[in-house]
Amino acid sequence: MNALQRTAVVFRREFRSYFQTPLAAVFLVIFLFLAGLFAFNIGGFYDRNQSDLRPFFQFHPWLYVFLVPAVSMRLWAEERRNGTIELIMTLPFGVADLVIGKFLAAWAFTTVALALTFPMWITVSWLGTPDHGTIFVAYLASALLGGAFLAVGAFLSSLTKNQVIAFVLCAVACFVLLLAGFPAVLDFLRGWAPRGVVEGLASTSALTHYESMMRGVIDLRDILYFLLVIAAFLVLNIFAIDWKKSD
Amino acid sequence: MATRIVARKLEKRFGHIHAVRGIDLEVPAGQVLGFLGPNGAGKSTTMRMITGFLEPSAGTIHLEGIDLAEDPIRAKRTFGYLPEGAPAYPDMTVEEFLGFIANARGFRGRDAKDRVERAIGRVNLQSVRRQAFETLSKGYKRRTGLAQALLHEPGILILDEPTDGLDPNQKFEVRELIKELGGDRAIVLSTHILEEVEAVCTRAIVINMGAIVFDGTPAEMESRASRETTKNRMDAAFRAMTTGDVDARTSKGTRR
Repeated sequence: MNALQRTAVVFRREFRSYFQTPLAAVFLVIFLFLAGLFAFNIGGFYDRNQSDLRPFFQFHPWLYVFLVPAVSMRLWAEERRNGTIELIMTLPFGVADLVIGKFLAAWAFTTVALALTFPMWITVSWLGTPDHGTIFVAYLASALLGGAFLAVGAFLSSLTKNQVIAFVLCAVACFVLLLAGFPAVLDFLRGWAPRGVVEGLASTSALTHYESMMRGVIDLRDILYFLLVIAAFLVLNIFAIDWKKSD
Repeated sequence: MATRIVARKLEKRFGHIHAVRGIDLEVPAGQVLGFLGPNGAGKSTTMRMITGFLEPSAGTIHLEGIDLAEDPIRAKRTFGYLPEGAPAYPDMTVEEFLGFIANARGFRGRDAKDRVERAIGRVNLQSVRRQAFETLSKGYKRRTGLAQALLHEPGILILDEPTDGLDPNQKFEVRELIKELGGDRAIVLSTHILEEVEAVCTRAIVINMGAIVFDGTPAEMESRASRETTKNRMDAAFRAMTTGDVDARTSKGTRR
């Protein structure tokens, strides 16, 4: 078996495992319910009288802050708790096969959840004439943001066998990643910090990159940002597993 | 016969704790090796190094001639391993779990199905095959773990406390199975139960404080007990070797 086939075996088991517990159903229902609630009630989807999905996408980062950790917290913490980490680490897999396979399964799962919001797209197309390109890019941005948060969460999950700790750490980390680009925080800093620092901070924020994509602009730097965050945390994850596998 | 496991000068340190101190081990095909020692002696740590779960602080391991450090994935194909407590995914059924193991071992489609069927038949799991792992009794969990370990018919089997926590009937079954599996395989099993060593093993190794203090046949081990002892001579020999009685530590062991 080559690395791709091994990763596929890990992916299949992991992806199926979501549907063997109530986790999948609970997650999908809550995600779809909240995504709709935010878009219609807080975002004023109808009141704006514009045929776009801004009110819908605008809340995704904040939804992901507490929903993504619920998916990622179990990735490694559960393997440690069950003792199955000893089993999978002694099967003929490489650490990278396991880390990437598990991450991709989690990402596929949250992407399925995101894809199930397609009625929003249909609704807005039926009511008006939205810019489909913009909506597609916004979906892509949302999927990438979810992936970046998952990579952070997978890494943090590998540091502990306690899922609650993994959840809280991930939620805080994702929150910080967003907050660095939140207008209120940046305005506060602008008062006294040098401009370079403020802009540097804003460019490390997932929110800045997400919002620029949400407007429908495909900038390679934004996509690269998300892919770099994912890659960096997966590499950290591999090191963490090698380093702490017996704890 | 071929030597399937070769470990040289294995060392393992966890911070300040020197858990394994220079263990040398060679296990040829056809041997059933019993790994004995008090809790915390380094049995599990040694097995975890041989299976590649833990990296040794020093020393080398070759499985079927493959260097574990150099080519871990190929080396891991050579053995089946039952970790302590026989862990598996609680929500998967026995069949699904063994299916995953078959895929992980590189079997696909029909081939994978056949392997799962054979493993289920081998350890008598037919009646629980569609049951979730977490709902199984301890005995069935252990059997699932054994099925998983021998699914790809490896030349090496490493079993960490395969009978721990089982009732006498289940213990008997597992022992019979291990005896059947012997043949051309190299089997290493750890246990606290000395009668088990007499029942299934062709060789016994006693580890104390990270070093080998005895290496020989079960009969030889029994003969180490003092002459006055008539009952439980294995136990007496074990106690003499592992309770710090220096005279009891023997010539063949690597004492440090």
